[in-house]
Amino acid sequence: MSPKRAPAILVLEDGRVFEGEAFGAVGETFGEAVFATGMTGYQETLTDPSYHRQVVVQTTAHIGNTGVNAADEESRRIWVAGYVIHSAARVVSNWRATRGLEDELAVQGVVGICEVDTRALTRHLRSGGAMRCGISSLDTDPKALLAKVKASPSMAGANLLDEVTCAEPYVVPANGQRRFTVAALDFGIKRNTPRRMAERGIETHVLPASSTFDDIAAVNADAVFLSNGPGDPATADHQVAVLRELLARRIPVFGICFGNQILGRALGLSTFKLKFGHRGINQPVRDETTRKVEITAHNHGFAVGLPSREHEHSAVGPPAGETAAGAEFDTEFGRARVSHICLNDNVVEGLSCMDIPAFSVQYHPEAAAGPHDADYLFDRLTEMIGDNISA
Amino acid sequence: MPKRDDINHVLVIGSGPIVIGQACEFDYSGTQACRVLRSEGIRVSLVNSNPATIMTDPEFADATYVEPITPQFVEQVIARERPDALLATLGGQTALNTAMALHAAGTLDKYGVELIGADIDAIQRGEDRQRFKRVVATAGGEVPRSAVCHSMDEVRATVAELGLPVVVRPSFTMGGLGSGMAHTMDDLDRIAGSGLSESPTSEVLIEESVLGWKEFELELMRDRNDNVVVVCSIENIDPMGVHTGDSVTVAPSMTLTDVEYQRMRDMGIAVLREVGVDTGGCNIQFAINPADGRMVVIEMNPRVSRSSALASKATGFPIAKIAARLAIGYTLDEIPNDITRATPAAFEPALDYVVVKVPRFAFEKFPGADASLTTTMKSVGEAMALGRSFGEALQKAMRSAETSMPGLWTRPDPENVSLQASLESLRTPHDGWLYTAERALRQGATVADVAAASGADPWFVDQLAGLTQMRDDVAGATVLDRALLRRAKRAGLSDRQLAALRPEFAGEDGIRRLRHRLGLHPVYKTVDTCAAEFAADTPYHYSSYEDETEVAPSDRPKVMILGSGPNRIGQGIEFDYSCVHAVAALREVGFETIMVNCNPETVSTDYDTADRLYFEPLTLEDVLEVYHAEHDSGTAAGGPGVVGVVVQLGGQTPLGLARALTAAGLPVVGTPADSIHLAEDRGAFSKILSKANLPAPKHGTASTYAEAKAIAAEIGYPILVRPSYVLGGRGMEIVYDDSRLQSYITRATDISPEHPVLVDRFLDDAIEIDVDALCDGTEVYLGGIMEHIEEAGIHSGDSSCALPPITLGSGTIATIRGHTEALAHGIGVRGLLNVQYALKDDVLYVLEANPRASRTVPFVSKATGVSLARAATRVMMGASIATLRAEGLLRPHGDGGDLPSDAPIAVKEAVLPFKRFRTVEGRGIDALLGPEMKSTGEVMGIDAAFGHAFAKAQMATYGAVPDGGKVFVSVADRDKRAVVFPVKRLADLGFTVYATSGTGDVLRRHGIEYTPVRRHSDEHPDPALRDAVELIGSGELSLVINTPAGSAGVRTDGYEIRSAAVVVDTPCITTIQGAAAAVMGIEAMMRGDVTVRPLQELHAAMDAASPTRHRD
Ligand SMILES: Nc1ncnc2c1ncn2[C@@H]1O[C@H](COP(=O)(O)OP(=O)(O)O)[C@@H](O)[C@H]1O
Ligand SMILES: Nc1ncnc2c1ncn2[C@@H]1O[C@H](COP(=O)(O)OP(=O)(O)O)[C@@H](O)[C@H]1O
Ligand SMILES: [Mg+2]
Ligand SMILES: [Mg+2]
Repeated sequence: MSPKRAPAILVLEDGRVFEGEAFGAVGETFGEAVFATGMTGYQETLTDPSYHRQVVVQTTAHIGNTGVNAADEESRRIWVAGYVIHSAARVVSNWRATRGLEDELAVQGVVGICEVDTRALTRHLRSGGAMRCGISSLDTDPKALLAKVKASPSMAGANLLDEVTCAEPYVVPANGQRRFTVAALDFGIKRNTPRRMAERGIETHVLPASSTFDDIAAVNADAVFLSNGPGDPATADHQVAVLRELLARRIPVFGICFGNQILGRALGLSTFKLKFGHRGINQPVRDETTRKVEITAHNHGFAVGLPSREHEHSAVGPPAGETAAGAEFDTEFGRARVSHICLNDNVVEGLSCMDIPAFSVQYHPEAAAGPHDADYLFDRLTEMIGDNISA
Repeated sequence: MPKRDDINHVLVIGSGPIVIGQACEFDYSGTQACRVLRSEGIRVSLVNSNPATIMTDPEFADATYVEPITPQFVEQVIARERPDALLATLGGQTALNTAMALHAAGTLDKYGVELIGADIDAIQRGEDRQRFKRVVATAGGEVPRSAVCHSMDEVRATVAELGLPVVVRPSFTMGGLGSGMAHTMDDLDRIAGSGLSESPTSEVLIEESVLGWKEFELELMRDRNDNVVVVCSIENIDPMGVHTGDSVTVAPSMTLTDVEYQRMRDMGIAVLREVGVDTGGCNIQFAINPADGRMVVIEMNPRVSRSSALASKATGFPIAKIAARLAIGYTLDEIPNDITRATPAAFEPALDYVVVKVPRFAFEKFPGADASLTTTMKSVGEAMALGRSFGEALQKAMRSAETSMPGLWTRPDPENVSLQASLESLRTPHDGWLYTAERALRQGATVADVAAASGADPWFVDQLAGLTQMRDDVAGATVLDRALLRRAKRAGLSDRQLAALRPEFAGEDGIRRLRHRLGLHPVYKTVDTCAAEFAADTPYHYSSYEDETEVAPSDRPKVMILGSGPNRIGQGIEFDYSCVHAVAALREVGFETIMVNCNPETVSTDYDTADRLYFEPLTLEDVLEVYHAEHDSGTAAGGPGVVGVVVQLGGQTPLGLARALTAAGLPVVGTPADSIHLAEDRGAFSKILSKANLPAPKHGTASTYAEAKAIAAEIGYPILVRPSYVLGGRGMEIVYDDSRLQSYITRATDISPEHPVLVDRFLDDAIEIDVDALCDGTEVYLGGIMEHIEEAGIHSGDSSCALPPITLGSGTIATIRGHTEALAHGIGVRGLLNVQYALKDDVLYVLEANPRASRTVPFVSKATGVSLARAATRVMMGASIATLRAEGLLRPHGDGGDLPSDAPIAVKEAVLPFKRFRTVEGRGIDALLGPEMKSTGEVMGIDAAFGHAFAKAQMATYGAVPDGGKVFVSVADRDKRAVVFPVKRLADLGFTVYATSGTGDVLRRHGIEYTPVRRHSDEHPDPALRDAVELIGSGELSLVINTPAGSAGVRTDGYEIRSAAVVVDTPCITTIQGAAAAVMGIEAMMRGDVTVRPLQELHAAMDAASPTRHRD
């Protein structure tokens, strides 16, 4: 129903072509095609640094209805490499909106495509796995575009931290009375994270991903937070090394997403690339300590391998039917356990150390966008800090 | 937590007759519950008075009680069955209220029955509006300011504080009965007045108005581990002030950012926990101020609701099914998502399509009713559609609703309505306002103008504007090329709409040919709960103009069953019942079943019912495309493809497609289209009658008053007149003299030689008889013969009837058999035939014959223990009645026409919606019954004796039968003798008798004292006496016995009386047989010897009577 737009095409590295119409900036773009199933929160998705270098396929039918507003930005810019949707809003309707989504995409030069059979595309990615793709509203010759797609870099083995992290440290003050200080390593942190901590009286010192142990120690924080971020955790050797020092010194650590993968590696676990990842805000995770299910926001293409059976991991996730629930394992920092799993596919969604103050989850307790079920994890952080201080 | 092992027997309460605000969605949820519980090895007992439901089929429960849903009867069932637990959260407000009463009466404790699904306190916290508001406050939420009032004085005091307008809402009523928006003090007195009387606790809530805000609903589920998921968010396009049941609604919500949506989700969950719904589903409504986002909680239903059914169909997440599992102890993470199989039910569905629901109204049936949409639900049904965009889903839903407007632009705009007028009419919400809005846009209104006038969010209005633009593109284009046509189809335009814009194609067939030539077909996507993240196991499809189809090839022989679309008066759940049975019958003999329907409330649109479900409009275009998709994929897979299309079971909707489908080469099974035409075309039909020399009322057709007058003179008054081109008794009237005939002709516009009026001799006080029969081309099997209790002239759908017939002699039965066989063969029926006869002076007249499943098929099946719909389906596929007898699907010998003398008697009673409607001035509407059907539902009473069965039917309708008080008696001369005995009994039982003079004299001569009352039509009324109609209207009476006699005057009296009685809910008996029966019933009730018996037992007894019958 959109007014006639310029034609555009999307080509996947395996040669499949999808036709559509230009959306956002007119041009050409490349990245890893991934699908996200959230029905709300496109603005948060677009501005989530974890989507850096990825072309996001939005499965929900209508995008842009509520426009964009400053308050819902999760970072300083839009990160997605390209944007694929079905129906673009013709008008904006929301009392908080300050401008239209398409203008925003155009201004930030983000190339998109609309009127695509996004369901067919999603089904293709589900069976073929996440793969490179290109979008063009300039040259709609599939062959030419395919060649360029094949030439573009792939996500496996990509280290993108330097591209998304903050240039300079900065501080997010606590709301009201400061209770604790946390040093947050910015691998692509979202604004809502310091906000959730500030609400609990935490002053957050956000540090660049490249920070050394001494940089961090200089803050002399009560705990260190490892943020979410893009790319392949297997390449983050520097961050793993720094983390191992922190753990050795029993400094309280809380990691999410990329941070969970870093902690996993520091504990001696492997990470692997999921076939098509988890990207949505309806993912059921069970907290093995309370046995309660929480509906959570996910955005990860990589995951931590199951401790017991690492070697059995293929690129398609854990062995079918196997559950990691509550699995305990030895690490050089003492006993640790799998604290959370995803009920859809048994992927490890959380780790917690039993002898040192450190835990992490693979998903997004700050949930922007997404349900707030996992907010309690920030309370666990303050508890951990409290216990550690009194200990 | 696994299933509880202390629950081995559960009693499920259904929701009773279909009424506005409580329709077949509860058959869907109840049926799912029964399936689930039994699959868990739990014994299921069921109480539901509605025979048209699937859930009351004997195979869905271990003990099925078709008995009144009153505490008294349910207690009897409990005493007989001794269940461990009671599940009442899937039977709507009726079941919930009954459970509350049983608890209050201590019955549940007495028999040690645990209420599962929701506990009493939770129900009260959720349903009691005042307590609920406190709950919301504790949960940190906001509600409209309000106060609960028990008297008009309290009401006025509150309004003095809140200021007008206010919303008035009675507690514990369903579908907003008795509620309304008061703009003036007069409104207030009126609405609050009736509200106080509607509420079982005689309390009303006076509430701050948030008129015009955006309205949303959330469907939530909670398990006993306190895991909560939000299944679906639904946004109303109509703003606050229009009942959600009457609103056009959309899922998922379209105009919320994540921040606002999560705020609503958090609040929903907090409220759910605070209310303490321990397990199961619930529905919470919110209002949001579009100006600043202020959010208030409106209400919650601590049970499965109409919206839950909608949400289940919209998402593929079966709320009722899961609620039943949760009720017996499972937790969400232990229950598999049966669409993906691989993942658990503990998740929130993600949609990659848009769902739109539109209400279906029936104002044309209720002249004088205020047709504006308010806080009281008035729609009688709904249609749902899915599409990959809002425009596509909206337009599919609009054509699914089967109103007089089959989609935008398909009818010319009303003459000279100015833009101002269009905008003005948008200020009052009304049926079809979307059409008005689109017209206003075309007339030059801006999106803002229309949004302001209608209160709809600008985003939705702009979507309409997009369609208007598409209209211009299509109408303006020099050629309709592939690109443009594809864009138009993606926007949801039907071929019919396109044809309206491009006359040169001479109708939708022309457009379809072009479209097919250009290779434009819809593809079929799948509802999979997860936006394709995981593979789906369930073929639940909807069409869309996209690239990739998901129809799985299959080489099995396929049969398509066309459903009946949205519920409406005259075509309701009964037809869905037959369709669901067709599926079962076809599956048994190895066909792949394909259901096509668009009614979200039904069992037929449960993806568990047929092998494949297509949630599609029942228009020629949409049905043809499903056929092509299924047939082509079938033959491509090396199979025979679609070998049959069943049009006979879904009522008039699919029947109306028979000719076009046949012409398009589809294998329509059963009675061929031409034969169907023979029965429906007046001329052809009378030829059949005369050939078989069957008597029909004298008749003729006229296109002018003069002609009509001449015919009337020839056949004599009273006459029955009706337009020739309508069905379902629309526009039928009984006319007694020339002057009324003239006024009818002048009122009935567009009468022409092409569209004449049909004039029939009206058979005065004749006995009407309904027959459902089966014909395989040679043999005719009578399913059942129903004798109406009201005389002919009251639509068969509105009159009560008894099966087997109570007064017909074997001679008459033989004649009925003969006539029916002659008709079946004359028409060429293969499958079901429904005939209505009128018996007068020992002549059996044929009123009409419908070569399709009728409204009474389920009633007959339950009364006789034979599934007619199943048998009919097999016959349509070629089986002979002899074969079916041998298989045990039909009785080995004999049929429903000669039931054993000890067979139980079943009585059907209609349930009428008059109470829901008010005139603009707020008076009750004219509740006259006549040849045009008005009832929304029906109940069945079944027992060994007629009196008992009749009493049960009355109780199922009115809640109780009188056990004392005042009875008014006024009968025709021929009944005067017969009425004496029953009235004497009533007097002896302690009733005080009121009567009109004629009747009274007879009574007094037999020593019965009475108070004289004057007849309403008296020319010279005696001022000393009370007027009969006024007396009834006062509601003092507990029973009315009035048998109308022939003359027009007395008959209208009878109608006045009947309508007065309906308005005040007083049982009113209009036949002498009925009176005798009622008295027997009253005695039985007062003696307390009316007992309950499950269908399984009753049917077993009947089988025993025909020993060689075996069931599978
Ligand atoms: N305070 C209010 N102001 C304006 N409209 C209201 C208000 N409360 C309810 N309504 C309207 O009345 C309808 C029915 O009210 P509701 O509380 O849902 O009763 P029920 O659904 O039990 O009939 C709602 O769908 C809404 O459109
Ligand atoms: N000639 C007649 N005399 C008396 N009553 C009639 C006559 N024709 C129809 N009726 C009454 O009108 C009702 C509706 O007429 P019918 O022909 O059955 O139309 P529909 O298609 O609505 O069922 C019947 O159920 C019957 O009660
Ligand atoms: Mg409501
Ligand atoms: Mg009829």
